[in-house]
Amino acid sequence: MQRCGCVPLWLVGSVLLTCSTSGIGAHQDSRPEPPSETTANQSHAEQGHGSSAITGIPVVTFKWHHVETPYLVAVWILVAGLAKLVIEANHHVTEVIPESALLICFGFILGGIIWGADMVQTFKLNPTVFFFYLLPQIILDTGYSMPNKLFFGNLGAILVYAVIGTVWNAASLGLSLWGCHQGGAMGQLDIGLLQYLLFGSLIAAVDPVAVIAVFEQVHVNEVLFILVFGESLLNDGVTVVLFNVFDAFVSLGGPGINAVEIIKGIISFFVVAFGGSFLGLAFGLLISLLTKVTQNIKIIEPAFVFVLGYLAYLTAEMLSLSSILSITFCGVSCQKYINANMDENSVNTVRYVMKVFANGSETIIFVFLGISAIDKEIWVWNTGFILLTLFFIFVYRIIGVFFLTWILNRYRLVPVEFIDQVIMSYGGLRGAVAYGLAALLNESKIKEKNLMICTTLLVVYFTVILQGITMKPLVKWLKVKKASVSELTLIEKLQDKVFDHMLVAIEDVSGQIGHNYMRDKWNQFEERWMKRILMKKSARKSRDQVFKVFHRLNLKDAMNYVAEGERRGSLEFVRNETAFIDFKKKFVDDLPDITAGMSDDHTAASSMGRIDQVPSVSLEMHEQNMKGVRQMEDINTHHLLQQHLYKGRKQHRHRYSRSHFNVNKDEDEVQEIFQRTMRNRLESFKSAKMGVSQPKKISKHAKKDQLQKVPNGKSTDNSKRYLAGDEDFQLSEGDASGFGASGGSYPFPMMVSYRAGAGIENPAYIPDLDPMAAKIPPWLAQAELDGEPVAPSQRAQLRMPSDLSRLAPLRISARSNDSFAQADAPAARQRDDEAPAPSKRGGHNV
Amino acid sequence: MPNSSVRVQRARARSVRGSRTGRAGGAAAAAMGASQTRSEHRHQDLADRTGFSLEQIKNLHRRFQQLSGDEETISKENLESIPALANNPIRKQIIGAFFDKRNQNRDEVGSCEQIGFEQFLMVMSHFRPPSLKTTAEEKEAMRREKLRFLFNMHDTDNDGTITLVEYRKVVEELLSKSGAIEEETAKAIADAAMLEVASTNVPAMGPDDFYEGITFEHFEQILKGLEMETRMHIRFLDVDTTTMRCGKFTS
Repeated sequence: MQRCGCVPLWLVGSVLLTCSTSGIGAHQDSRPEPPSETTANQSHAEQGHGSSAITGIPVVTFKWHHVETPYLVAVWILVAGLAKLVIEANHHVTEVIPESALLICFGFILGGIIWGADMVQTFKLNPTVFFFYLLPQIILDTGYSMPNKLFFGNLGAILVYAVIGTVWNAASLGLSLWGCHQGGAMGQLDIGLLQYLLFGSLIAAVDPVAVIAVFEQVHVNEVLFILVFGESLLNDGVTVVLFNVFDAFVSLGGPGINAVEIIKGIISFFVVAFGGSFLGLAFGLLISLLTKVTQNIKIIEPAFVFVLGYLAYLTAEMLSLSSILSITFCGVSCQKYINANMDENSVNTVRYVMKVFANGSETIIFVFLGISAIDKEIWVWNTGFILLTLFFIFVYRIIGVFFLTWILNRYRLVPVEFIDQVIMSYGGLRGAVAYGLAALLNESKIKEKNLMICTTLLVVYFTVILQGITMKPLVKWLKVKKASVSELTLIEKLQDKVFDHMLVAIEDVSGQIGHNYMRDKWNQFEERWMKRILMKKSARKSRDQVFKVFHRLNLKDAMNYVAEGERRGSLEFVRNETAFIDFKKKFVDDLPDITAGMSDDHTAASSMGRIDQVPSVSLEMHEQNMKGVRQMEDINTHHLLQQHLYKGRKQHRHRYSRSHFNVNKDEDEVQEIFQRTMRNRLESFKSAKMGVSQPKKISKHAKKDQLQKVPNGKSTDNSKRYLAGDEDFQLSEGDASGFGASGGSYPFPMMVSYRAGAGIENPAYIPDLDPMAAKIPPWLAQAELDGEPVAPSQRAQLRMPSDLSRLAPLRISARSNDSFAQADAPAARQRDDEAPAPSKRGGHNV
Repeated sequence: MPNSSVRVQRARARSVRGSRTGRAGGAAAAAMGASQTRSEHRHQDLADRTGFSLEQIKNLHRRFQQLSGDEETISKENLESIPALANNPIRKQIIGAFFDKRNQNRDEVGSCEQIGFEQFLMVMSHFRPPSLKTTAEEKEAMRREKLRFLFNMHDTDNDGTITLVEYRKVVEELLSKSGAIEEETAKAIADAAMLEVASTNVPAMGPDDFYEGITFEHFEQILKGLEMETRMHIRFLDVDTTTMRCGKFTS
């Protein structure tokens, strides 16, 4: 994973350090006057090489200037990280004050310290660094992890808020300030109408970084969240475009502006915004296409996502299109396909690295927003301007939100509620984008640049800190509908799907072309064309949402199961291994072939078929000396678990390869088989709990059948004792007959073999194994022959997608539910006794 | 907005029931004759009971006639022949829901072969969107109603529980179109979902207990967290014209 992240990390690192030379690199403690960067470079070049030539070979030299810039960058990242660490450690504080506000305050302190040491502002947030190296990954991350369905479902509303709302904010603020200025509220200021509008446009946008930082902690309902979040994301793009348009107007100057220029400005607004979006879509599709063919270079495939995403940003910037919109839509459009196309590990890598970058730069941004405040130069106080700005921002945001929502609610199917509107208008947090834009202002054209920066910073602090802190109590107080915290359960996911289809159907029946109809058509189109072109063939299969949830739940169950087993110090399935070992010891001389084959994959475990057969033997052994040996055996199993199950890990080969992850096959096998075993056991266990599996009729029938079969196998007593006394999940004779009864025609070789071996269940049989040893024992023979189709060799399965290999045990368990249900019932009871207060989902296996 | 208008309209309609035909539909009724008046009257009646506006009812009636071929009743075949429905994996269940007497606000069970416009409208009314004026209790009731509809769709044999067999069937059909999931997996998924319900609702189940199936209470319980208020509605046409009508009424 680390290595995967290496490429983008290196990339960002390298650009960071080149950039920081302009902003941060000016930090020179020891020198009386900071020289320009080039001279500094020259000077350490001289120091580094020239001096050493003279004095001979020094053992150690101190070359600070040689490493200064990257060193400072690294140290800053470290400092920001540590700041976050300290802040997050105080959990009760972050409960009240959002992290972003704390980081800004931390920045104040840090800035104060630096100021104290240097008496000059040496570090501040530089627009170049911000827009090129800090912002893109945040936006890419938000785009990439955007809940698409929700986003596009509310796209209309989001666009209205983002475009019209932002223009409204900018225009109203600019005009009002200008009006107040004309009215004489601010004294002498050299700001014209256009400059006011420019200022309005830079401060109009709600900032995604700040908004997400706050809203992440308050879990509001998903519609409200997507409205605020989507708006903040898109209006950043809009505000940058507006800013550029007004910037051009300002450069043009008052007299140069006529109707044509204004129309051109409006057109350019749309071209820039939509052009950026389409460019992003194009890059998103490109990424999807690329990841389709990268299966041979899995190690660097995550890097494509980052590099192309970043290129989408840069290309848009180059073409003077909206880079923020570009990278947003790049992330939005590619997420589905790359998640499907790439290896699961790569997907996880992308996710993690993306979060690392986004979270890291978010932290850095907030810290630097704080540090930037400590600068004498920018603090130009103008009470009227600053207070009026704060006031207008707050008021116009409320007016804008309520007015737009009022219009939207006339058309929305489900109206936005009043309380939600309050939260939306209160959630208008401004952030680093506004500051970055303010810092971009050209001082030669705008005389009061410092006042604007100062006001922007104040607005940012005010909104992020004050509104951020009060947001949570407000949400509580207004009883805003919150999102359900729990994950979707499988049944909910299924019902979700039912909903979708039902809505489409109802629309079809009522003969209307509505939202659902359109979505359905789009889905069909996507299914038919987009997926075919953009997705790997194999990936297309396992993309179903329901299946993913199912898969995840199964994994969770298996893990719970193992955890529970370990807690109790015994894993039932391991006990099979004891039996297994015994056999191996016995046959080791006579059957070199088989044992060789066994021990081969025994390092891992045994195949499905075998696992299910051996228990019958082992159980009987247990039954005989259950009570006495029980404890001993638990220790044994532990021992065995360590010895065998995890053996692969001990044998881990330390091989280094840059192009391949060090996939130790043995270990993989261990894990896979481990999981498979778990799966199998779990399924049987599950169905015990269910009891639902079949209508009662059949289960009764099974019982009857069981009685009938008695003479066939062993004594009823025996089987009953087993059922009642043992808590193992293993199959018993009762199971087998139950199976036959309910299953009837299930063509299961494994089961047949099991039945054939039923005779061994006689306890007396075990000491007499020796005569059998000459031949291959029937169950082993069966295992060799019949086990194969049920569970193909582990190596063969390695190549299979994990989902597919998982299906094999599933299939079996689906068929055998009812029979398991019978035998496992006592076990289920015991479990329940032990865990009287089960959690919601894991109730049966905790 | 549509609902507020509906509400106003309903209140209005109740108070002016007597003189209504003479006022609102007056001109039209006079021109088109008595039969028109009667259908107007019937529509008004339906509007009161289903919460649709008159315009929406008219639209749906038009659609109904189109589907039925100008017959009084509609049959399953009529619905199955809708081309747009062909790709819907749970088509059968949905069409079945239209003919399920439980969904038609009657206290009967079983299904019928033919339904009239009134029943058609009753089923449709499950999907009316809420409005700003809808109170919390009303929303809760709507939610329940919708859940009941869903439940009925799953419970094909009308015995008040969704058994595993019934549930499996729906899941299989639901997942059949996706192509990726085999029947066995669909079964396993249905089983796992059922297990979820069982373990949520009957946490301490004895070994001999059989989970009979999902009852409506359990169904409600397990879908508690599911966002339904913002889903499971469709937009019925002529929202705007109804608002306009509303204006006419009140003025």
